[in-house]
Amino acid sequence: MGFRDVMHEKYKEILESYMEDQNEQALYLSQKFSRKSIEYKISPEEIISIHKTALMELEAERSDSVMPSFDILLEVMMGYGLAYREHQSLRTIQQELKSEIEVAANMQQTLLGTQIPDVDCLDIGAISVPARQMSGDYYHFVQDEQGAVSVAIADIIGKGIPAALCMSMIKYSMDSLPEGRHEPYQVLESLNRVVEQNVDPTMFITMFYGMYNTINHTFYYSSAGHEPGFFYNHETKEFEELYAKGLLLGVDKKTKYRQFEKRVDVGDVILLMSDGVTECRTEEGFIEVDTLIGYIEKYIHLEAQEIANKVYKELEYLQDFQLRDDFTLIILKRIK
Amino acid sequence: MDSCVKIINEWDIVAARQLGRNVAKDLGFGTVDQARITTAISELARNIYLYAGQGQVCIEKTEAVGKTGLIIISEDQGPGINDLRKVMEDGFSTSGGLGAGLPGVKRLVDEFTIESNPGEGTLIKAIKWLR
Repeated sequence: MGFRDVMHEKYKEILESYMEDQNEQALYLSQKFSRKSIEYKISPEEIISIHKTALMELEAERSDSVMPSFDILLEVMMGYGLAYREHQSLRTIQQELKSEIEVAANMQQTLLGTQIPDVDCLDIGAISVPARQMSGDYYHFVQDEQGAVSVAIADIIGKGIPAALCMSMIKYSMDSLPEGRHEPYQVLESLNRVVEQNVDPTMFITMFYGMYNTINHTFYYSSAGHEPGFFYNHETKEFEELYAKGLLLGVDKKTKYRQFEKRVDVGDVILLMSDGVTECRTEEGFIEVDTLIGYIEKYIHLEAQEIANKVYKELEYLQDFQLRDDFTLIILKRIK
Repeated sequence: MDSCVKIINEWDIVAARQLGRNVAKDLGFGTVDQARITTAISELARNIYLYAGQGQVCIEKTEAVGKTGLIIISEDQGPGINDLRKVMEDGFSTSGGLGAGLPGVKRLVDEFTIESNPGEGTLIKAIKWLR
Protein backbone atom coordinates (compact mmCIF):
# COMPACT_ATOMS: atom_id res chain seq x y z
CA MET A 1 0.00 0.00 0.00
CA GLY A 2 1.32 3.39 -0.97
CA PHE A 3 1.70 6.41 1.21
CA ARG A 4 -1.32 8.04 -0.36
CA ASP A 5 -3.56 5.25 0.89
CA VAL A 6 -2.36 5.33 4.47
CA MET A 7 -1.56 9.00 4.97
CA HIS A 8 -5.00 9.79 6.38
CA GLU A 9 -4.67 7.12 9.04
CA LYS A 10 -1.07 8.01 9.78
CA TYR A 11 -1.86 11.68 10.17
CA LYS A 12 -4.79 10.90 12.41
CA GLU A 13 -2.62 8.77 14.69
CA ILE A 14 -0.06 11.55 15.05
CA LEU A 15 -2.74 14.12 15.71
CA GLU A 16 -4.51 11.95 18.23
CA SER A 17 -1.33 11.27 20.15
CA TYR A 18 -0.39 14.93 20.23
CA MET A 19 -3.81 16.11 21.35
CA GLU A 20 -3.60 13.72 24.25
CA ASP A 21 -0.40 14.97 25.83
CA GLN A 22 1.44 17.37 23.49
CA ASN A 23 4.48 15.12 23.29
CA GLU A 24 7.61 15.98 21.33
CA GLN A 25 7.61 12.61 19.67
CA ALA A 26 4.40 13.41 17.84
CA LEU A 27 5.98 16.61 16.60
CA TYR A 28 8.96 14.66 15.36
CA LEU A 29 6.63 12.25 13.61
CA SER A 30 4.91 15.23 11.99
CA GLN A 31 8.22 16.36 10.63
CA LYS A 32 8.78 12.94 9.15
CA PHE A 33 5.28 12.96 7.77
CA SER A 34 5.95 16.25 6.08
CA ARG A 35 9.08 14.94 4.43
CA LYS A 36 7.21 11.91 3.20
CA SER A 37 4.30 13.91 1.87
CA ILE A 38 6.64 16.17 -0.06
CA GLU A 39 8.25 13.10 -1.50
CA TYR A 40 4.84 11.89 -2.66
CA LYS A 41 3.95 15.32 -4.00
CA ILE A 42 1.06 15.89 -1.62
CA SER A 43 0.06 19.52 -1.96
CA PRO A 44 -0.46 21.91 0.99
CA GLU A 45 -4.20 22.13 0.45
CA GLU A 46 -4.44 18.37 0.66
CA ILE A 47 -2.70 18.42 4.02
CA ILE A 48 -5.29 20.85 5.31
CA SER A 49 -8.05 18.62 4.10
CA ILE A 50 -6.41 15.66 5.82
CA HIS A 51 -6.16 17.69 8.99
CA LYS A 52 -9.78 18.71 8.85
CA THR A 53 -11.00 15.19 8.20
CA ALA A 54 -8.86 13.74 10.99
CA LEU A 55 -10.05 16.38 13.43
CA MET A 56 -13.64 15.72 12.55
CA GLU A 57 -13.22 12.04 13.15
CA LEU A 58 -11.43 12.57 16.45
CA GLU A 59 -13.65 15.25 17.94
CA ALA A 60 -16.93 15.05 16.15
CA GLU A 61 -18.82 16.67 19.03
CA ARG A 62 -16.93 19.98 19.39
CA SER A 63 -16.04 20.63 15.82
CA ASP A 64 -18.87 22.89 14.72
CA SER A 65 -17.22 26.22 15.35
CA VAL A 66 -13.71 25.32 14.21
CA MET A 67 -14.40 23.20 11.17
CA PRO A 68 -15.57 25.85 8.71
CA SER A 69 -12.41 27.82 9.40
CA PHE A 70 -10.44 25.14 7.59
CA ASP A 71 -12.28 25.94 4.39
CA ILE A 72 -10.76 29.41 4.50
CA LEU A 73 -7.35 28.00 5.29
CA LEU A 74 -7.67 25.50 2.48
CA GLU A 75 -8.64 28.19 0.01
CA VAL A 76 -5.75 30.36 1.07
CA MET A 77 -3.33 27.46 0.75
CA MET A 78 -4.58 26.73 -2.75
CA GLY A 79 -2.38 29.48 -4.15
CA TYR A 80 0.61 28.21 -2.22
CA GLY A 81 -0.08 24.75 -3.57
CA LEU A 82 -0.01 26.09 -7.11
CA ALA A 83 3.15 28.06 -6.47
CA TYR A 84 4.70 24.91 -5.04
CA ARG A 85 3.81 22.85 -8.08
CA GLU A 86 5.07 25.55 -10.37
CA HIS A 87 8.30 25.62 -8.46
CA GLN A 88 8.66 21.87 -8.89
CA SER A 89 8.15 22.08 -12.61
CA LEU A 90 10.54 25.00 -12.95
CA ARG A 91 13.09 22.99 -11.07
CA THR A 92 12.80 20.18 -13.59
CA ILE A 93 13.21 22.67 -16.40
CA GLN A 94 16.24 24.15 -14.70
CA GLN A 95 17.83 20.74 -14.41
CA GLU A 96 17.23 20.10 -18.09
CA LEU A 97 18.80 23.42 -18.99
CA LYS A 98 21.71 22.69 -16.78
CA SER A 99 22.46 19.39 -18.42
CA GLU A 100 22.02 20.96 -21.85
CA ILE A 101 24.60 23.58 -20.94
CA GLU A 102 26.91 20.87 -19.70
CA VAL A 103 26.72 19.17 -23.06
CA ALA A 104 27.37 22.49 -24.77
CA ALA A 105 30.32 23.15 -22.50
CA ASN A 106 31.81 19.79 -23.37
CA MET A 107 31.32 20.52 -27.04
CA GLN A 108 33.03 23.82 -26.57
CA GLN A 109 35.99 22.14 -24.98
CA THR A 110 36.31 19.79 -27.93
CA LEU A 111 35.81 22.56 -30.43
CA LEU A 112 38.38 24.84 -28.93
CA GLY A 113 40.88 22.22 -27.97
CA THR A 114 44.41 23.22 -28.88
CA GLN A 115 47.62 21.35 -28.54
CA ILE A 116 50.58 22.90 -26.86
CA PRO A 117 53.39 22.83 -29.43
CA ASP A 118 56.43 20.79 -28.69
CA VAL A 119 59.57 22.79 -29.44
CA ASP A 120 63.01 22.28 -27.98
CA CYS A 121 63.73 25.86 -27.02
CA LEU A 122 60.41 26.62 -25.34
CA ASP A 123 58.62 25.37 -22.29
CA ILE A 124 54.97 26.25 -22.70
CA GLY A 125 52.17 26.10 -20.14
CA ALA A 126 48.53 27.14 -20.33
CA ILE A 127 45.53 27.15 -18.06
CA SER A 128 42.03 28.31 -18.88
CA VAL A 129 39.17 28.11 -16.42
CA PRO A 130 35.68 29.39 -17.14
CA ALA A 131 33.86 31.42 -14.49
CA ARG A 132 30.61 29.69 -15.40
CA GLN A 133 30.18 26.54 -17.40
CA MET A 134 31.07 28.06 -20.72
CA SER A 135 34.10 30.18 -21.36
CA GLY A 136 34.43 33.48 -23.17
CA ASP A 137 38.19 33.18 -23.19
CA TYR A 138 40.00 31.59 -26.06
CA TYR A 139 43.54 30.59 -26.71
CA HIS A 140 45.14 28.77 -29.52
CA PHE A 141 48.58 27.64 -30.57
CA VAL A 142 49.83 27.17 -34.09
CA GLN A 143 53.21 25.85 -35.12
CA ASP A 144 54.34 26.40 -38.68
CA GLU A 145 56.79 24.43 -40.77
CA GLN A 146 59.66 26.81 -40.12
CA GLY A 147 59.23 26.18 -36.43
CA ALA A 148 57.63 29.44 -35.40
CA VAL A 149 55.12 29.12 -32.59
CA SER A 150 52.11 31.40 -32.76
CA VAL A 151 49.81 31.98 -29.88
CA ALA A 152 46.46 33.72 -29.81
CA ILE A 153 44.63 34.72 -26.69
CA ALA A 154 41.24 36.38 -26.88
CA ASP A 155 38.60 37.55 -24.49
CA ILE A 156 35.04 38.19 -25.43
CA ILE A 157 33.65 41.02 -23.36
CA GLY A 158 30.80 39.35 -21.56
CA LYS A 159 30.47 35.90 -20.12
CA GLY A 160 28.55 32.73 -20.52
CA ILE A 161 26.74 31.42 -23.54
CA PRO A 162 26.69 34.53 -25.76
CA ALA A 163 30.42 34.89 -25.33
CA ALA A 164 30.95 31.21 -26.02
CA LEU A 165 28.94 31.37 -29.23
CA CYS A 166 30.91 34.37 -30.36
CA MET A 167 34.12 32.59 -29.66
CA SER A 168 33.30 29.67 -31.92
CA MET A 169 33.19 32.19 -34.73
CA ILE A 170 36.65 33.47 -33.90
CA LYS A 171 37.93 29.95 -33.90
CA TYR A 172 36.58 29.27 -37.37
CA SER A 173 37.81 32.52 -38.83
CA MET A 174 41.26 31.70 -37.54
CA ASP A 175 41.08 28.24 -39.02
CA SER A 176 40.07 29.65 -42.38
CA LEU A 177 43.04 31.99 -42.66
CA PRO A 178 45.04 30.94 -45.73
CA GLU A 179 47.90 28.56 -45.12
CA GLY A 180 51.34 29.87 -44.47
CA ARG A 181 52.93 32.20 -42.02
CA HIS A 182 51.03 35.25 -40.91
CA GLU A 183 52.42 38.22 -39.14
CA PRO A 184 50.50 39.01 -35.96
CA TYR A 185 49.26 42.35 -37.26
CA GLN A 186 47.90 40.63 -40.39
CA VAL A 187 46.00 38.08 -38.35
CA LEU A 188 44.39 40.78 -36.25
CA GLU A 189 43.48 42.88 -39.26
CA SER A 190 41.84 39.98 -40.99
CA LEU A 191 39.96 38.87 -37.87
CA ASN A 192 38.87 42.41 -37.25
CA ARG A 193 37.12 42.44 -40.61
CA VAL A 194 35.30 39.19 -39.84
CA VAL A 195 34.20 40.37 -36.42
CA GLU A 196 33.11 43.74 -37.70
CA GLN A 197 30.87 42.11 -40.28
CA ASN A 198 29.43 39.31 -38.21
CA VAL A 199 29.11 40.31 -34.64
CA ASP A 200 26.53 42.37 -32.90
CA PRO A 201 27.93 45.87 -32.35
CA THR A 202 27.47 45.54 -28.60
CA MET A 203 29.89 42.66 -28.47
CA PHE A 204 33.59 43.31 -28.34
CA ILE A 205 36.54 41.05 -28.55
CA THR A 206 40.05 41.71 -27.43
CA MET A 207 42.90 39.65 -28.74
CA PHE A 208 46.61 39.35 -28.35
CA TYR A 209 48.47 37.59 -31.08
CA GLY A 210 52.10 36.68 -30.80
CA MET A 211 54.58 34.74 -32.86
CA TYR A 212 57.75 33.31 -31.43
CA ASN A 213 60.46 32.89 -34.03
CA THR A 214 62.50 29.93 -32.86
CA ILE A 215 65.43 30.81 -35.13
CA ASN A 216 66.15 34.37 -34.05
CA HIS A 217 64.39 34.03 -30.68
CA THR A 218 62.30 37.09 -31.16
CA PHE A 219 58.71 37.41 -30.11
CA TYR A 220 56.58 39.43 -32.54
CA TYR A 221 53.22 40.56 -31.29
CA SER A 222 50.21 42.79 -31.81
CA SER A 223 47.26 43.50 -29.62
CA ALA A 224 43.64 44.43 -30.24
CA GLY A 225 42.83 46.11 -26.96
CA HIS A 226 43.86 43.04 -25.03
CA GLU A 227 45.22 42.91 -21.53
CA PRO A 228 48.97 43.55 -21.82
CA GLY A 229 51.17 40.58 -21.13
CA PHE A 230 54.29 40.52 -19.00
CA PHE A 231 57.89 39.85 -19.89
CA TYR A 232 60.27 38.48 -17.30
CA ASN A 233 63.91 39.28 -17.86
CA HIS A 234 65.90 36.44 -16.39
CA GLU A 235 69.14 38.41 -16.18
CA THR A 236 67.79 41.47 -14.37
CA LYS A 237 65.06 39.48 -12.58
CA GLU A 238 62.64 42.20 -13.56
CA PHE A 239 59.18 42.20 -15.00
CA GLU A 240 58.04 44.57 -17.67
CA GLU A 241 54.76 45.03 -19.46
CA LEU A 242 54.54 43.75 -23.02
CA TYR A 243 53.34 47.04 -24.31
CA ALA A 244 51.07 46.97 -27.35
CA LYS A 245 48.33 49.32 -28.28
CA GLY A 246 45.44 48.61 -30.63
CA LEU A 247 41.71 48.98 -31.03
CA LEU A 248 39.34 46.16 -30.03
CA LEU A 249 38.22 43.79 -32.76
CA GLY A 250 34.99 44.68 -34.45
CA VAL A 251 34.94 48.42 -33.84
CA ASP A 252 36.16 49.71 -37.17
CA LYS A 253 36.82 47.53 -40.17
CA LYS A 254 39.72 49.72 -41.36
CA THR A 255 41.71 49.37 -38.15
CA LYS A 256 45.45 48.85 -38.64
CA TYR A 257 47.47 47.08 -35.99
CA ARG A 258 51.01 47.84 -35.02
CA GLN A 259 53.46 45.08 -34.50
CA PHE A 260 56.00 45.01 -31.73
CA GLU A 261 58.93 42.74 -31.09
CA LYS A 262 60.93 41.54 -28.18
CA ARG A 263 64.18 39.65 -28.08
CA VAL A 264 64.00 36.62 -25.78
CA ASP A 265 67.03 35.13 -24.04
CA VAL A 266 67.39 31.84 -22.23
CA GLY A 267 65.43 31.97 -18.98
CA ASP A 268 63.19 34.82 -20.09
CA VAL A 269 59.47 34.28 -19.70
CA ILE A 270 56.50 35.63 -21.62
CA LEU A 271 53.19 35.70 -19.77
CA LEU A 272 49.91 36.28 -21.59
CA MET A 273 46.60 36.49 -19.84
CA SER A 274 42.94 37.41 -19.99
CA ASP A 275 41.46 40.13 -17.80
CA GLY A 276 40.15 37.43 -15.48
CA VAL A 277 43.72 37.31 -14.20
CA THR A 278 44.48 41.00 -13.78
CA GLU A 279 40.98 41.93 -12.73
CA CYS A 280 40.84 39.29 -10.09
CA ARG A 281 38.60 40.83 -7.49
CA THR A 282 38.70 40.36 -3.80
CA GLU A 283 36.62 42.01 -1.13
CA GLU A 284 39.00 44.94 -1.11
CA GLY A 285 38.76 45.47 -4.86
CA PHE A 286 40.97 44.53 -7.78
CA ILE A 287 44.32 43.07 -6.95
CA GLU A 288 47.29 45.26 -7.61
CA VAL A 289 49.62 44.46 -10.48
CA ASP A 290 52.44 44.20 -7.96
CA THR A 291 50.56 41.57 -6.01
CA LEU A 292 50.01 39.58 -9.17
CA ILE A 293 53.65 39.91 -10.15
CA GLY A 294 54.56 38.85 -6.65
CA TYR A 295 52.74 35.55 -7.13
CA ILE A 296 54.28 35.01 -10.53
CA GLU A 297 57.76 35.79 -9.21
CA LYS A 298 57.31 33.27 -6.44
CA TYR A 299 56.93 30.46 -8.97
CA ILE A 300 58.96 31.77 -11.91
CA HIS A 301 61.68 29.15 -11.45
CA LEU A 302 59.22 26.30 -11.98
CA GLU A 303 58.17 24.66 -15.23
CA ALA A 304 55.78 26.74 -17.34
CA GLN A 305 52.73 24.60 -16.67
CA GLU A 306 53.51 24.56 -12.97
CA ILE A 307 53.75 28.36 -12.88
CA ALA A 308 50.34 28.63 -14.56
CA ASN A 309 48.74 26.12 -12.19
CA LYS A 310 50.24 27.63 -9.06
CA VAL A 311 49.33 31.21 -9.96
CA TYR A 312 45.80 30.09 -10.70
CA LYS A 313 45.57 28.33 -7.33
CA GLU A 314 46.77 31.44 -5.52
CA LEU A 315 44.27 33.71 -7.24
CA GLU A 316 41.47 31.22 -6.83
CA TYR A 317 42.16 31.14 -3.12
CA LEU A 318 42.35 34.92 -2.99
CA GLN A 319 38.86 35.14 -4.50
CA ASP A 320 37.39 32.57 -2.14
CA PHE A 321 37.15 30.06 -4.99
CA GLN A 322 34.60 32.15 -6.83
CA LEU A 323 35.86 33.24 -10.20
CA ARG A 324 34.08 36.33 -11.41
CA ASP A 325 35.54 36.19 -14.86
CA ASP A 326 37.00 33.56 -17.15
CA PHE A 327 40.64 32.98 -16.34
CA THR A 328 43.33 32.21 -18.90
CA LEU A 329 47.06 32.32 -18.39
CA ILE A 330 49.67 31.29 -20.93
CA ILE A 331 53.36 30.99 -20.18
CA LEU A 332 56.24 30.70 -22.65
CA LYS A 333 59.62 30.14 -21.16
CA ARG A 334 62.77 29.98 -23.26
CA ILE A 335 64.80 27.05 -21.95
CA LYS A 336 67.61 26.90 -24.51
CA MET B 1 -30.39 25.77 -12.90
CA ASP B 2 -28.65 28.15 -15.28
CA SER B 3 -25.24 26.69 -16.03
CA CYS B 4 -23.58 29.86 -17.29
CA VAL B 5 -22.49 33.06 -15.58
CA LYS B 6 -21.82 36.23 -17.49
CA ILE B 7 -18.65 37.90 -16.35
CA ILE B 8 -18.90 41.66 -16.42
CA ASN B 9 -17.75 42.84 -13.03
CA GLU B 10 -15.66 41.37 -10.27
CA TRP B 11 -18.63 40.04 -8.30
CA ASP B 12 -19.55 37.82 -11.20
CA ILE B 13 -16.38 35.90 -10.41
CA VAL B 14 -17.92 34.98 -7.06
CA ALA B 15 -21.13 33.89 -8.75
CA ALA B 16 -19.14 31.69 -11.13
CA ARG B 17 -17.27 30.16 -8.20
CA GLN B 18 -20.53 29.49 -6.38
CA LEU B 19 -22.03 27.81 -9.41
CA GLY B 20 -18.90 25.68 -9.81
CA ARG B 21 -18.92 24.69 -6.16
CA ASN B 22 -22.56 23.67 -6.28
CA VAL B 23 -22.10 21.55 -9.35
CA ALA B 24 -18.90 20.00 -7.95
CA LYS B 25 -20.58 19.18 -4.67
CA ASP B 26 -23.59 17.64 -6.43
CA LEU B 27 -21.32 15.47 -8.52
CA GLY B 28 -19.61 14.22 -5.38
CA PHE B 29 -16.18 15.91 -5.53
CA GLY B 30 -14.28 16.02 -2.24
CA THR B 31 -13.37 19.28 -0.53
CA VAL B 32 -9.89 19.55 -2.00
CA ASP B 33 -11.13 18.95 -5.53
CA GLN B 34 -13.97 21.40 -4.95
CA ALA B 35 -11.40 23.98 -3.99
CA ARG B 36 -9.33 23.15 -7.09
CA ILE B 37 -12.34 23.50 -9.34
CA THR B 38 -13.38 26.82 -7.84
CA THR B 39 -9.84 28.13 -8.01
CA ALA B 40 -9.68 27.20 -11.69
CA ILE B 41 -13.01 28.91 -12.32
CA SER B 42 -11.82 31.95 -10.40
CA GLU B 43 -8.70 32.24 -12.53
CA LEU B 44 -10.56 31.87 -15.80
CA ALA B 45 -13.27 34.32 -14.80
CA ARG B 46 -10.67 36.75 -13.57
CA ASN B 47 -8.83 36.60 -16.88
CA ILE B 48 -12.06 37.49 -18.65
CA TYR B 49 -12.73 40.34 -16.24
CA LEU B 50 -9.17 41.70 -16.45
CA TYR B 51 -8.25 41.18 -20.07
CA ALA B 52 -11.36 40.66 -22.17
CA GLY B 53 -13.78 43.00 -20.42
CA GLN B 54 -16.62 40.54 -20.66
CA GLY B 55 -17.47 36.98 -21.48
CA GLN B 56 -18.98 33.98 -19.82
CA VAL B 57 -18.12 30.91 -17.83
CA CYS B 58 -20.27 27.79 -18.13
CA ILE B 59 -20.09 24.80 -15.87
CA GLU B 60 -21.62 21.48 -16.79
CA LYS B 61 -21.53 17.83 -16.01
CA THR B 62 -19.67 15.85 -18.62
CA GLU B 63 -19.37 12.16 -19.28
CA ALA B 64 -16.94 9.92 -21.09
CA VAL B 65 -16.53 6.18 -21.22
CA GLY B 66 -16.79 5.00 -17.66
CA LYS B 67 -16.23 8.36 -16.00
CA THR B 68 -18.08 11.44 -14.91
CA GLY B 69 -16.65 14.88 -14.55
CA LEU B 70 -17.17 18.58 -14.60
CA ILE B 71 -16.38 20.79 -17.54
CA ILE B 72 -15.64 24.50 -17.32
CA ILE B 73 -16.05 26.45 -20.53
CA SER B 74 -14.71 29.97 -20.50
CA GLU B 75 -15.46 32.11 -23.51
CA ASP B 76 -14.87 35.71 -24.46
CA GLN B 77 -14.67 37.94 -27.51
CA GLY B 78 -11.80 39.93 -26.13
CA PRO B 79 -8.44 40.76 -27.71
CA GLY B 80 -7.31 37.13 -27.71
CA ILE B 81 -3.86 35.86 -26.96
CA ASN B 82 -1.00 36.48 -29.31
CA ASP B 83 1.53 34.01 -28.07
CA LEU B 84 -0.19 31.00 -26.50
CA ARG B 85 3.06 29.25 -25.88
CA LYS B 86 4.28 32.14 -23.80
CA VAL B 87 1.19 32.37 -21.59
CA MET B 88 1.30 28.64 -21.03
CA GLU B 89 4.88 28.93 -19.81
CA ASP B 90 5.52 28.55 -16.09
CA GLY B 91 6.65 31.67 -14.37
CA PHE B 92 5.35 33.98 -17.11
CA SER B 93 2.18 35.26 -15.48
CA THR B 94 2.90 34.46 -11.86
CA SER B 95 6.04 36.50 -11.52
CA GLY B 96 4.08 39.72 -11.28
CA GLY B 97 1.80 38.32 -8.61
CA LEU B 98 -1.04 37.98 -11.10
CA GLY B 99 -2.10 34.64 -9.71
CA ALA B 100 -1.82 31.08 -10.89
CA GLY B 101 -2.16 31.95 -14.55
CA LEU B 102 -3.18 29.48 -17.22
CA PRO B 103 -0.46 26.94 -16.39
CA GLY B 104 -1.89 26.94 -12.87
CA VAL B 105 -5.39 26.25 -14.17
CA LYS B 106 -4.02 23.50 -16.37
CA ARG B 107 -2.45 21.89 -13.33
CA LEU B 108 -5.64 22.04 -11.31
CA VAL B 109 -7.67 20.07 -13.84
CA ASP B 110 -7.28 16.84 -15.80
CA GLU B 111 -7.86 18.12 -19.31
CA PHE B 112 -7.27 21.55 -20.68
CA THR B 113 -7.69 22.99 -24.17
CA ILE B 114 -7.34 26.55 -25.33
CA GLU B 115 -8.16 28.24 -28.60
CA SER B 116 -7.43 31.86 -29.15
CA ASN B 117 -7.15 34.15 -32.10
CA PRO B 118 -5.97 37.73 -31.80
CA GLY B 119 -8.93 40.03 -32.25
CA GLU B 120 -11.46 37.26 -31.96
CA GLY B 121 -11.34 36.07 -28.40
CA THR B 122 -10.47 33.04 -26.37
CA LEU B 123 -12.19 29.72 -25.68
CA ILE B 124 -10.95 27.52 -22.89
CA LYS B 125 -12.28 24.12 -21.87
CA ALA B 126 -11.16 22.48 -18.67
CA ILE B 127 -12.32 19.14 -17.34
CA LYS B 128 -11.93 17.59 -13.91
CA TRP B 129 -12.83 13.92 -13.64
CA LEU B 130 -14.30 12.35 -10.55
CA ARG B 131 -11.90 9.87 -9.04
